[in-house]
Amino acid sequence: MKILTTVKRVTDPDMKVKLKSDGTGIVTDNVEYKMNSFDEYGVEEAIRLKDKHGGEVIVVSVGTADSATQIRTALAMGADRGIIVETGANLDSDAVARLLAEVVKKEAPDIIIMGKQSVDSDRNQTGQLLAAYLDYPQATFAYSLEVADGWASVGREVDGGTSTKRVKLPAVITADLRLNEPRYASLPGIMKAKKKQLDTLTPDDLGVDVTERVKVLVYEAPDERKAGRIVASVDELITVLRNEAKAI
Amino acid sequence: MSNILVVAEHQNGKLRKVSLATVAFAKEAAKATGGQVYVAIIGHNIGAAVAEVAKGGADKVFFEDNAVFASYLAETYAPAIVKIAETSGSTLICGPSSTFGKDLLPRIAGKLNAGMVSDAIAVWNDGGLKFKRPLWAGNVITTVEVTTPSKVVTVRTTEFEALPESGPCPTEAVVTGVAAVENAQFVSFDQVKSERPELTDAAVIVAGGRGLKSAENFGMVAELADLLRGAVGASRAAVDSGYAPNDWQIGQTGKVVAPDLYFAVAISGAIQHLAGMKGSKCIVAINKDPEAPIFQVADYGLVADAFQAVPELTQKLKAAGIGA
Repeated sequence: MKILTTVKRVTDPDMKVKLKSDGTGIVTDNVEYKMNSFDEYGVEEAIRLKDKHGGEVIVVSVGTADSATQIRTALAMGADRGIIVETGANLDSDAVARLLAEVVKKEAPDIIIMGKQSVDSDRNQTGQLLAAYLDYPQATFAYSLEVADGWASVGREVDGGTSTKRVKLPAVITADLRLNEPRYASLPGIMKAKKKQLDTLTPDDLGVDVTERVKVLVYEAPDERKAGRIVASVDELITVLRNEAKAI
Repeated sequence: MSNILVVAEHQNGKLRKVSLATVAFAKEAAKATGGQVYVAIIGHNIGAAVAEVAKGGADKVFFEDNAVFASYLAETYAPAIVKIAETSGSTLICGPSSTFGKDLLPRIAGKLNAGMVSDAIAVWNDGGLKFKRPLWAGNVITTVEVTTPSKVVTVRTTEFEALPESGPCPTEAVVTGVAAVENAQFVSFDQVKSERPELTDAAVIVAGGRGLKSAENFGMVAELADLLRGAVGASRAAVDSGYAPNDWQIGQTGKVVAPDLYFAVAISGAIQHLAGMKGSKCIVAINKDPEAPIFQVADYGLVADAFQAVPELTQKLKAAGIGA
């Protein structure tokens, strides 16, 4: 079974982002980068599928040359080889999906497993767009995945509860938080990863125009809530909620 | 003339309120673009939902009531909505930022070759149509524009209030001609049974964190919520620990809520949780750790052991005749 999974290099989600004063972006000095959290679940699931069904895990990232670090992390977890689609351009989800669609056409994987959203741009689009461009079925927000007889059975986290959907392979699956517990890369894994194949492609190689369809004009801070005050007791809390906030 | 199309959401024929908030967004967008506001709703046995959404302020509702759409599948719904968008001359297609909308709208965008904006919180026209949307867990707001002729948007519905009910607009049955697909099957929907209001509609939410230590201890949170006719929420940590179902999760990757009153019980207040609730009107934090970041966004903080403070609060509210 050929499994394709994707990773995005994102700013550390536990770090507070700082904006440039001219509103053109965020401050990137002294910022740490990590693999997008949701992609960790995707990579883990891809490796587990391979362990069960055999085959190969290909990990793909789209971005600057630095994204090789996140691909190496996935290789250290157990993926077999990597592909970086290298570009310094500002990318919207649509461009990423069209680039990935071309990679999928070259590699012809049986299944594509991605994170459901990235924790920096929070768009939650790329997997669904990729499925649309390939005309593949999609199963988003997966918390469980079983593959048998050319079909994937996917438990999905949806509003109001959970739902189960079956999709015929090839298909695009996007991972939610409770799909698995991603492993840490072991030391031997990290050593092996250094020798694994990592190919570089460019948007030109893939014949994709990455001009943004959604242009970001301004970055700004949200209105901040001010901290309120500490009350001393349950009685005082009830009094302020009634008389001051008029909330009960 | 280009029009606006709202993709309405229903669950088994019951209209979800997020659909009406999306109509309110579309009316706001129409001020900027001109054109009519249409609604597309598809499913099977959806008469009641069609009638309800027709009172939401749109100019016309297009519906297809067909057994093919009895269960939601992006693979059948996306081509049907694309067809309705094309025949109605709609170039701005919007839907709620619910799991339904997040699953469906990007697939529509791909089929229309349209740029897509996720989680729009504002729309206006100044030399072109502009949108605002949050990212980085709500810590950054961007202003964006879409350069493609067709545009697709999911709407953060907590930012838009449903319009007052109006006389029903015309409704029109359509035939999209979309057939069942061979490569995707709906199997089941396991609904969390609850008498409580939905998290995204509730005026009061009482949410619990990992500090509650067990699913049983969520009982005291539920008791306070029920007294105030509210909904129960949870932090990701509590859901991951198995104390609460996934449907209760509030935050960057769960639901975004903005009730009148939000109680955060034994929730420390990670950035990812704050992303889902800091739009609430009044926030009360109950936590035994005075350094917990939740106190930095709370209007009222009570540094106390939740196991003691929450039952006391419920009991004293009852004694004062407040709530149900």
